[in-house]
Amino acid sequence: MDDKITLAHGSGGEKYRELVREVFLPAFSNEYFDPLNDAAVLDGGAKIAMTTDSFVVKPLFFPGGDIGSLAVSGTVNDLAVSGARSAYISVGMIIEAGFETAVLLKIVDSIAKTAREAGVRVVTGDTKVIENRGASDGIYINTAGVGVFEPDRPIPPQKIEPGDRIIVSGCIASHGMAVMNARENLGFSPPIESDAAPLGKMVRTVLENPKNAVRAMRDPTRGGVAATLCEWVSQDTDIVLYENALPIKPEVSAACRLLGMDPLFIANEGVILFSVPENCADSVLNSLKSTEQGKNAAVIGEVKPGSGKVIAKTEFGARRRIVMPRGELLPRIC
Amino acid sequence: MRYGIEDVINGIRALAEGLGDVTIMEVCGTHTHSIRRFGIPSILPSNIKLVSGPGCPVCVTAQEDIAAALDIADQEDVIFTCFGDMMRVPCGNASLYSLYESGRDIRLVTSPLDALEIAKANPGRQVVYFAIGFETTAPHTAALIEAANNQKVENISILNTHKTMPQALQALLSGQKKINALLCPGHVASVIGANAFRFVPEKLNLPAAVSGFEAYEILAAVLKIIELCRYNRVDCVNMYPGVVTADGNRRAVELMYRFMEPADAVWRGLGIIKKSGLKLRREYARFDALARFEITHRKPEEPKGCICARILRGDKTPDECARFGKDCTPDTPFGPCMVSSEGSCAAYYQYRD
Repeated sequence: MDDKITLAHGSGGEKYRELVREVFLPAFSNEYFDPLNDAAVLDGGAKIAMTTDSFVVKPLFFPGGDIGSLAVSGTVNDLAVSGARSAYISVGMIIEAGFETAVLLKIVDSIAKTAREAGVRVVTGDTKVIENRGASDGIYINTAGVGVFEPDRPIPPQKIEPGDRIIVSGCIASHGMAVMNARENLGFSPPIESDAAPLGKMVRTVLENPKNAVRAMRDPTRGGVAATLCEWVSQDTDIVLYENALPIKPEVSAACRLLGMDPLFIANEGVILFSVPENCADSVLNSLKSTEQGKNAAVIGEVKPGSGKVIAKTEFGARRRIVMPRGELLPRIC
Repeated sequence: MRYGIEDVINGIRALAEGLGDVTIMEVCGTHTHSIRRFGIPSILPSNIKLVSGPGCPVCVTAQEDIAAALDIADQEDVIFTCFGDMMRVPCGNASLYSLYESGRDIRLVTSPLDALEIAKANPGRQVVYFAIGFETTAPHTAALIEAANNQKVENISILNTHKTMPQALQALLSGQKKINALLCPGHVASVIGANAFRFVPEKLNLPAAVSGFEAYEILAAVLKIIELCRYNRVDCVNMYPGVVTADGNRRAVELMYRFMEPADAVWRGLGIIKKSGLKLRREYARFDALARFEITHRKPEEPKGCICARILRGDKTPDECARFGKDCTPDTPFGPCMVSSEGSCAAYYQYRD
C-alpha cells in the first residue's frame, strides 16, 4: 500500500481494490461485508430504524476521540434513542489526494474498535478521492445505520407529558469544548476530553429497567441540551430547568466561562436526555447510575403545563428564558 | 461571616422599600450578559432598574472602523486576525464572517500574541490584528507591539480601535438626571484600579460600586448601591476586592501608555469623545494598519430607525425599540447593540420572557 492516498485510489481500478483489501477489509471484516458486493444483504426484523450522518471534524483527532469514533457513535446513538438495537452501518469516505495512509489506517482502526464496542457491524462502504483543495481537512466520513426493533422491547413514544422529570445521563458540554480547545489551540491544560461514545448499552439498560418508563429520549448533539429541550416543548408544555443541578466537569465549566459560552448550547456526543414520569424518575436514575457512562446522571428539570417555553431557574430563584441557539458559536473575549 | 445570596436579596428588598426609583447603569458587556443570564432583573424590587450603558466594546466600535477592517481583510495575502466577538458585526451587507466564508484568510485568536506567532509563521504575508476593547484588552495589544518591536517582526500591524472607559462615562453622565448610580466594571477596574472611578462620586455626584461578575457579586454590589442611596451617601465602593485593588495593575497600565497615548475616539452611537481612545505613539506608528494599507475611513450609513444611540446612553431599553425582535434580531441585526452577544439588545433578546 502506498504512503499517500492518490486520485488513483478513488478510480475504481486496481489501486482502489488495493485500498479496500489492505485498509478496509482487515478492519471491518464480517460475513455481510466480506462479499464486497454492491449492496449488503442483511437479516432484518419486521421493523427497522435507519439514520445517516456526515462527519466533518477539525481537528481529525482530539482528546477522547477522533473522526472515526465519532462517525460510529454519532450514528449508533441516533439509532439507540429511537429505541432500536444498532445492527449495521455503512462507511462512506471522501478523501483528499495526498492524505497519509497511516492516518487513514488509524481512523479505520478507530471505526472498527468503536463498532465492536457498540455491537454494530460495518456491512458496506464507499470511497471517493478528490483533488487536494487545501482548504479541507483531508477526509470526510458519512455513516448510515440500520437498527432493529426487537420483539418485547419497549419503544418510547417520544412525547413528553406535564409532570415528567428531565434526566441527563452525564456531564454536559465536554465534547464541544474538547474539540474547540483542540481546534483553536486554546491551550487549556490538562486538555478537555470528549465523552464521545456509543451509548446503546446504557440506553438498553434504562429501557428495560424499569420497563416502559421512558417517554422520550434524545442525544443532544449540535445545539446542545438547550436545542433538544426547545424541540421537546409543545404548545401546552413548558420545561423548567434547574440550572444548578446540571452536571458539568469543572474544567469544562471554567472553559465555558472564560470564553463566554453557555454550556447548555455546546454539543454533546456521549450524553442522552430522557423524559420520564415523576414516579419513575428515581428508578431510571438508579438504572442509569448503574452503568459506566451514566454514573453522573442527574434530574435536571421537569415538564409543566405551559405554552412552549424552556425556563432556567437559577440557584436563588431567578428565572431566564432559554431559546433555540443560532449560528456557529464563537468565543467571546472582550 | 459570609452572607448567603438569599440574605443579599432580602437586604436589597428591605433597603429599597419606599426608596423611590433607582436606575443603575452597568457599563460592561459581561455585566449586561451576566445580569440577563442570571435573571437578576426578575428578582429585584420594581423600583430598582438596571440599564446598560456603552460597555460592550463591539457595540461602540464605529461603523467606519468596521468598514476599514473589511477593506483590509478583503485584500489578497492578508491574514486578518480578530476575536470571535467581531466576526459577525455587519457593515452594509458584509461582515468578517461573510469574507471568511467567501475564502478570505480570517483567523480567530484568543490573544493578540497569537497574531504574532501567525506573523512569524508566514513571513511572506501581512498579518493584521483587529485591536478592540477597553483597558482590559489594550495592555495585551501593547504587549503585542512590544514583542513585535523587540523581535523585529515587521509583517504585523494593528487596526486600533481601543477606547478608555472613564472619559466616556464622564461625557455621557455629566449633567444628566436619569441615571442614579453606576455599577462599575470589575475587569476594567482590575487594570486601572478602583480609584480610577473616584470621579463618579466626586465629579458626577453619583454613588457607585465596582462589581464582579457572578450573580452573588453583582447582587452584593447592587445592595451596596441601594444602601448608599438609602443613606444619601455618594461614594464609590470596591465590592470586588479579591480582584480589584485601589491602584489596579500598574504594570499593565504602564505598558499600555508606553506604546499608546490618549486620543479622540469615535464611539458608535455617541460620536467623538475627547481623549477617550488610545493611539499608537509616534515611534510605533509603523505598526498602524490604516497607514500601512493606506486605508481612508469611509463613512457607511447608520441603519435607519435604530435607537441604539439612546440605548447606549441609558435613555431607552431595547424593548422600547419598534424594531426590536421584529426585523432586528441577532440573525439580522440593524444596530450595534444587537450584533454582539454582549450588546444589551442581544442580551434582552436571548433572555427575553
